[in-house]
Amino acid sequence: MTQPVSSAQQSGPDKGAAPAPVAEPRKKDGPSRTFGLRADVRNLSLLGVLAVLVAVGGFTEPDAFLDTGNLQLILTQSSVIGVVTVGMTFVITSGGIDLSVGAMVALASVWATTLATQEYGFAGILFTAVIVGLGAGLVNGVLIAYGRMVPFIATLAMLASARGLALQITDGKTQIVTVKSVLDLGLPDSYVLGIPPLVMMFAAVTVIGWLVLNRTTFGRRTVAVGGNAEAARLAGIDVRRQRLCLYLLSGLCCGIAAFMLIILSGSGQNTNGNLYELDAIAAAIIGGTLLSGGRGTIVGSVLGVLVFTTITNIFALNNLQSDVQQIAKGAIIVAAVLVQRRTSAHGET
Amino acid sequence: MPETSRRGLLFGTAAVSAGALLTACTSNEPKKSETAQSNQPAADDKPGKPVTIGFAGPQADHGWLNAINENAKSRAAKYSEVTLEITEGSNDTAAQIGQVKTLINKKVDVLVILPADGKALTQVGLEAMKAGIPVVNLDRIFASPQAYRCWVGGDNYGMGLNAGTYIGEQLKDKANAKVVELAGIDNLELTKQRSQGFADALKNYPNIKLVARQAADFTVESGQAKMAQLLQAQKKFDALWNHDDDQGVGALRAIQQAGRDEFLMVGGAGAKSAMDAIKADNSVLKATVLYPPTMAASAIDLARALGQGKGIGGLAELEIPTSLTLYSAVVTKENIDQYLPTGFS
Repeated sequence: MTQPVSSAQQSGPDKGAAPAPVAEPRKKDGPSRTFGLRADVRNLSLLGVLAVLVAVGGFTEPDAFLDTGNLQLILTQSSVIGVVTVGMTFVITSGGIDLSVGAMVALASVWATTLATQEYGFAGILFTAVIVGLGAGLVNGVLIAYGRMVPFIATLAMLASARGLALQITDGKTQIVTVKSVLDLGLPDSYVLGIPPLVMMFAAVTVIGWLVLNRTTFGRRTVAVGGNAEAARLAGIDVRRQRLCLYLLSGLCCGIAAFMLIILSGSGQNTNGNLYELDAIAAAIIGGTLLSGGRGTIVGSVLGVLVFTTITNIFALNNLQSDVQQIAKGAIIVAAVLVQRRTSAHGET
Repeated sequence: MPETSRRGLLFGTAAVSAGALLTACTSNEPKKSETAQSNQPAADDKPGKPVTIGFAGPQADHGWLNAINENAKSRAAKYSEVTLEITEGSNDTAAQIGQVKTLINKKVDVLVILPADGKALTQVGLEAMKAGIPVVNLDRIFASPQAYRCWVGGDNYGMGLNAGTYIGEQLKDKANAKVVELAGIDNLELTKQRSQGFADALKNYPNIKLVARQAADFTVESGQAKMAQLLQAQKKFDALWNHDDDQGVGALRAIQQAGRDEFLMVGGAGAKSAMDAIKADNSVLKATVLYPPTMAASAIDLARALGQGKGIGGLAELEIPTSLTLYSAVVTKENIDQYLPTGFS
């Protein structure tokens, strides 16, 4: 699917010679434009799905659905999982998978809310959450890039041990946050022009993520590694270092998300981030990121997250119970992907 | 070369110091620790013949189960003649069966079992009874009455009933009162029982209508998310019943974020944070219905009485009963001091 990579592979036999200068410039102009176009069509169809959802919400519950409070609510509820999904999008684009995101959020959120950490106040909580996320991501990255473990297995192991460590730290107890400056960030008084700080953080991560994936060498290398790792290596990309950095990035996103979750819920609990891995993967996939790697779209992932949160919101406003919610959610995922595949197929021809 | 090594040194030092700072931050030791305990023993306090009690419970992955373990341990420590053999908690049925079998082989005098899954552990309960070891079945009930000598546990239906009755009494003079329910995990039978009890109680008050119900999953995160949606859906209501105080932490956060205070909230289970809020009386949370973890302490009392062949003090019976369903008391500001020591975190 990615032209530069497959052509680079054909030039493979003469190893080590000088494939790097050949591959780099090609990657720059040729494919990125077609990527953009294809991603646009996909995003448009997802916007269509979102528009349909808004129409359904507005029709069934006009009073509760169509007001600024609800818009703030949907965006806020999207923010934590949204940041995790941005990191996940990078990993999936590179042909990997990170099953440990939920566990890393849990671990970072409980580590950052222990009584000892809380004594260091706002900075202590933020620092701990980010460093714990980075640390767990580093372990994932080293195991996968240098230990040559399959990402599925390495991150599954991290899922288990990070959850275990989180439980050990909390002893199963709910850790209530008492640091006022952290708590205040989740309250309406801290909204700037009606925008909650959590939504601003989500927006910032999204914009930075988009820039990194689409406008930097790091982003292009990520796509190249996902398209064909062997070709990328022959083209002079340090694939292992790239992989290490990607799992670090995912860990970083989880650390930030953990901090945001602490602000949102005012507490840390070892059950935090439950099933985030599935939500994040699902959002990235319906957004148009290829599970086999080589193609990724941050905008699509964010739209995917918004679609999921909006569905949940509409169900809750209509007082539908969880059994109905689960059935309908499954059906809507299938429908969204089918619709999207249809429209993007048209776009390509 | 010196360039890279200096950078390496810099990063190395940063990593080590960050690590040192972080490991110092895992501590969760509270300033002083107090253990939940009520003070009246079921059987009399006089030391009798020595009893070894085997205790097998699930993994303490949330506050209530943690309190169960603490209650059992501290109760057993109160009696000089009681030895408690406590196993590593496990949520894996096979592992727990193995642990109970080990306790049987050790020939403990009495067994207290809180099964991860009541039905799945019935067989091993039967085995213990056949081996002549009386079993006290704690909370999650075995499939067969032959598998236990005595069952002691909470009352989920009663929780709903008492929460509904309390809310009903508070709102009985209000025309067209609206009530909202934030339930626990819908897949669990206990959630259905709690909701049924709540609905049955509200039927006694024709002026009250249950306008919305959403299920969270006993976590703070889900409590915040579901409550935020409920608040958005219902612009004004009079009372809220939340099944679980752990998810209630999140629900209270959502209420605070929405800036709402026109209703009264009743919690469930009896967490310390909820009790503190009720005592402080500075939030919408006015009451909580108990699902008391002190049942583990009672189970130790019952096991001790069984081991020593005594009845329960205060009852005419020579034997202890086969079944004991605990009362889900409504804890309000008026009686909070009595229950505060039993709150779990």
